Amino acid sequence: MTTKNDCCGGGMTKVVLACSGGSNVGQMTNESAKRLDVAGEAKFFCLAGVGGQISGMVASVKGADKVLVLDGCPVACAKKCADQAGLTGYQYLVLTELGIEKKHAFDLPEADLAKAMEAARQSLGTSSKGKTCTCRGQGECL
Amino acid sequence: MKKLQILGTGCPKCKKLAELTEEAARKLGIEYQLEKVTDINEIMKFGVMMTPALAVDGVVKVAGKVPNLDDITKMIS
Repeated sequence: MTTKNDCCGGGMTKVVLACSGGSNVGQMTNESAKRLDVAGEAKFFCLAGVGGQISGMVASVKGADKVLVLDGCPVACAKKCADQAGLTGYQYLVLTELGIEKKHAFDLPEADLAKAMEAARQSLGTSSKGKTCTCRGQGECL
Repeated sequence: MKKLQILGTGCPKCKKLAELTEEAARKLGIEYQLEKVTDINEIMKFGVMMTPALAVDGVVKVAGKVPNLDDITKMIS
């Protein structure tokens, strides 16, 4: 049974930040991060909050045990936001480096998403069955 | 006067952070006001996604863990 305090600084907290940019690969980072969150494998945090240096957001990400930063392309906007906020030691993935071509389009083929998800899971050290937080917003995880 | 805010709904780690923060403030001999923010909506306004958290004069210094006394002392000094 999940208890209220499971996620209050306890257990392994994994966070994902996505560039969520205006292209197929940008939106694939967003969709991957959403799916990881929904599956309970990582928490999807707001990159805009980190880039905007909202102290609570930055401190929350720094408090995570593992952070994955997802960029769609080598412009590396998410990485730059993370670096400017003083994040260090994070995992990093660029989707175009996985062989996914960048387009100004918003169709997200499942085959490409599967590739992105697999790489993200490897970086986070999770699997589709390995969940890190089970309170799903009902306990101390806000 | 420093405004020290403990953000958390009242779990044991939140209480521990409050105790250590108060101890650090006393050790430093500073004037301070300690406030426990327990309302989730108020906590969310800080952008905090993990509790417990410590804010000093409105700036969140740490979230999701309880630092040791030395680290808290540095954060509030």
